[in-house]
Amino acid sequence: MSGDSTANLVRMVNQIARNVTHEADPVATVADHVAAFWSGRMRAQIATWLDQHGGEGLDPVALAALQRLQQGADAG
Amino acid sequence: MGFERHEYRKQPDFGTPEVVSDTQVTLQIDGRAVSVPAGTTVMRAAALAGGSIPKLCATDNLKQFGSCRLCLVEVDGMRGTPASCTTLVAPGMNVHTQTPRLQKLRRGVMELYISDHPLDCLTCSANNDCELQDQAAAVGLRDVRYGYEGANHLGEATDTSNPYFDFDPSKCIACSRCVRACDEVQGTFALTIEGRGFESKVSAGLASDTYFSSECVSCGACVQACPTATLQEKAVKEIGKPERAVVTTCAYCGVGCTFRAEMRGEQVVRMVPWKDGKANRGHSCVKGRFAWGYAQHEERMLKPMIRSSIDQPWQEVSWEQALGHAASEITRIKAKYGANALGGITSSRCTNEETFLVQKLVRAGFGTNNVDTCARVCHSPTGYGLKTTFGTSAGTQDFDSVMDSDVILVIGANPTDGHPVFASRMKRRLRPNNGKPGAKLIVIDPRRTDLVRSPHVVADHHLPLRPGTNVAVLTAMAHVIVTEGLADEAFVRERCDWDEYQHWAEFVALERNSPEFLAPVTGVDAPTVREAARLFATGGNGAIYYGLGVTEHSQGSSTVMAIANLAMATGNIGRRGVGVNPLRGQNNVQGACDMGSFPHELSGYRHVSDPDARALFEADWGVPIDPEPGLRIPNMLDAATDGVFKAIYIQGEDILQSDPDTKHVAAGLAAMECVIVHDLFLNETANYAHIFLPGSTFLEKNGTFTNAERRIQPVRKVMEPLNGYEDWQVTQLLAQAIGLDWNYTHPREIMDEIARLTPSFSGVNYARLDADGSLQWPVNAAAPDGSPIMHIDGFVRGKGKFVVTDYVPTDERTGPRFPLLLTTGRILSQYNVGAQTRRTANVVWHEEDLLEIHPTDAENRGIKSGDWVRLASRSGETTLRATVTDRVAPGVVYTTFHHPATQANVVTTDFSDWATNCPEYKVTAVQITPSNGPSDWQEGYEALSQRSRRIAGSAMEAAE
Repeated sequence: MSGDSTANLVRMVNQIARNVTHEADPVATVADHVAAFWSGRMRAQIATWLDQHGGEGLDPVALAALQRLQQGADAG
Repeated sequence: MGFERHEYRKQPDFGTPEVVSDTQVTLQIDGRAVSVPAGTTVMRAAALAGGSIPKLCATDNLKQFGSCRLCLVEVDGMRGTPASCTTLVAPGMNVHTQTPRLQKLRRGVMELYISDHPLDCLTCSANNDCELQDQAAAVGLRDVRYGYEGANHLGEATDTSNPYFDFDPSKCIACSRCVRACDEVQGTFALTIEGRGFESKVSAGLASDTYFSSECVSCGACVQACPTATLQEKAVKEIGKPERAVVTTCAYCGVGCTFRAEMRGEQVVRMVPWKDGKANRGHSCVKGRFAWGYAQHEERMLKPMIRSSIDQPWQEVSWEQALGHAASEITRIKAKYGANALGGITSSRCTNEETFLVQKLVRAGFGTNNVDTCARVCHSPTGYGLKTTFGTSAGTQDFDSVMDSDVILVIGANPTDGHPVFASRMKRRLRPNNGKPGAKLIVIDPRRTDLVRSPHVVADHHLPLRPGTNVAVLTAMAHVIVTEGLADEAFVRERCDWDEYQHWAEFVALERNSPEFLAPVTGVDAPTVREAARLFATGGNGAIYYGLGVTEHSQGSSTVMAIANLAMATGNIGRRGVGVNPLRGQNNVQGACDMGSFPHELSGYRHVSDPDARALFEADWGVPIDPEPGLRIPNMLDAATDGVFKAIYIQGEDILQSDPDTKHVAAGLAAMECVIVHDLFLNETANYAHIFLPGSTFLEKNGTFTNAERRIQPVRKVMEPLNGYEDWQVTQLLAQAIGLDWNYTHPREIMDEIARLTPSFSGVNYARLDADGSLQWPVNAAAPDGSPIMHIDGFVRGKGKFVVTDYVPTDERTGPRFPLLLTTGRILSQYNVGAQTRRTANVVWHEEDLLEIHPTDAENRGIKSGDWVRLASRSGETTLRATVTDRVAPGVVYTTFHHPATQANVVTTDFSDWATNCPEYKVTAVQITPSNGPSDWQEGYEALSQRSRRIAGSAMEAAE
């Protein structure tokens, strides 16, 4: 179900990461932001991207945040 | 009560303005004891006691003038006959308002007025609505001894140049009320009294000017002030005197002016600003006062329509057919693709009650959280930024607060065009008054707005920053405040999280955040930034006002938080005269956000993942609420082009014209199987619609709007909906058609539900709104009478939160191909995408959108004012005509977006705010080249529009 708009999501999450670099825990801030504002489909899309492309094109903080979210989802 | 239907009469006029004082003074007027605040005039005291001293040049929204000599009184122990409008009350004063001496004097004065005034009262358009006529009756004038043969002004020609009112100087009594209204109330200073003595004459602009060619902004203050038929609405001349008046709330901008809709039958004769309205205090602008003719415009759609595909002409059908078809499509698509293939968009133009119902329909009926609102594209960063820092998504002050400000900082807002009635109030505070110096003004804006320099208002500092560098400028100001020791640390220690403050202070103090270091980025001289910062930190009460020039950026949310940081660091929160004040674009942006229109929030800003909040709604609505956030507008469009989002119900928003990257919006809409547009007109979005439901205007419905000061104000129906239903009724019919058991009989019942489910609205109901006129949320047990000022004893979230806002440049960069930065804005006479104002006579002021370009950039390209130019960005291109002006800096171009033919959003990009996806309208890298006329896209789009607006069997189709 991952369509063309996944590139947008990569851009969005990178942009979030770039704007929270001064937070105490930037990875947690990005993860919380995505959990609070992204729909389930958007999160599933980016998760698929992670599975297929790894961290390609992702800011390291964004990548860590998405991985943390995925671990949370798997654990849940 | 003042807002209810009653026999027509004007609002009471107490002659001189209200005075506030802790001391009461008791005096005798005509033998009756009267107590009034110290400083009140004898005229006002007499009026408050139920009397009426004859007057012509006095009116209670203007300072006393003392020129007409009609309001003379006798006071025991005072010599002569003082004017009651300029004589202040004193304890024990004994006033006589009617004596033989006064009667004789007044008749003499009146006789002179009438000797140079036509006696055509019976056929005069102000007949029975004329203060001169009333006062002639009051003083008992029976004869004019001078005859009419002498020199007079009776032959003067009428100036009909303004589309809404006439100026007939033959009926002018030179009382100066119009001139003073223009100066004191509006602050434009367009009118003067030209000449002296008998030659005295009211003049708009220069002697060679008409009203239209002058600086007049057509706010109507002079018309309201005129005691005769000299300045009068053309509509009164055409229709006659109103028979009743109903108080309601304007549907244009977020100021939320209240008006008396003065009616004859179901016809509006005129809209007159309501003096008791707390948002506008009796003032108005050209839109609310005059531009309501769109309600009857021939292009307004009154019948539901459907079509199987967007290349077909529309078929007019019954409401039952349209709603039945809509319901079957929604049901079919939900069954085939799932609930998350459905969604809705609520409107900031519609009432709170209507907005609440649309999001309820989506969440409870469609079964998804895919609901968003047009605030996404304007003030969503305000919601995010102020909720994060202060704990609630709203401005902190009421409008009255500005009168106690000492320093006003305006950033990314052009209030004289976008929020004109509030701008007039702000300008009142910026001008010296009664010996009190005017407030200081700092304007941060890429463009030299009118506020930077206009009559009697000059900004102390204008920071003409490069578009996209708001955060850098605000951080540089914070750098100055922190490093020069100007922060209010006592306030911060008491109210804010001290550790977070220190973290923030350390960051802003870094050398890389100094004005000097950032000057090459922002384009603003370092000394100017330093002086502005010092002024804001040390100049007394500092208030920040901002608009979409703050929010519509890739760092919109960061800028809002940077503003909040600045206010907290300088202790400017929690009392009158200070605060953080978003100027809301549309009439009900605040309300639409409050009502749970965002995909992640239920009403009152409670996240859908909050189980307690969800449980409340689930119990009341009897359905489960999805704990996952839904899709935002741009994500809905992405999902549509991905093939998984299939149907949308759009109430009162034109996303195709107002949202960025028009081609992407068009592609998203085109990919859907069912687009339902509920609107007054076949707007641009309707080009892609399958079902059209006609909407109703604000004059045709009951409900409430919430303005930028969180003020909930009643909207009252003054005529039956031409389309048959108020918009909330249409949404209810759609809900019933898909099987929901909704049975609201009046919007008051919807408000009761909102109050039941929303803690900040728990004390709101229609009875209280009728009794109080308006209420500012939160209205609850802690604040039973509402909350004009927020965060008084502490922040809503507890401790104020400082957030480090590092400047991150937008991805939209200039380069060799696109060397200029385009930014966008509004003009006074037009409103947003122009759906309303373009369908009124307001077009005489702004027939087309123009591109402002600096003389240097224009010369380099061989462009002159009036030339067609091609405006191209990475997204697309359009054409419009240029105007060469130094209002914009070199490297910056500017345009408005009121006309669909301009297609400014073909050019804007899909970059957006990092936190909310609010589009970055305010920064687009562009190139400008000379052009011969409309672009291929514009011509192709025009053809598509014409084709998609065909209605089967109508003249429109026959003409093709």
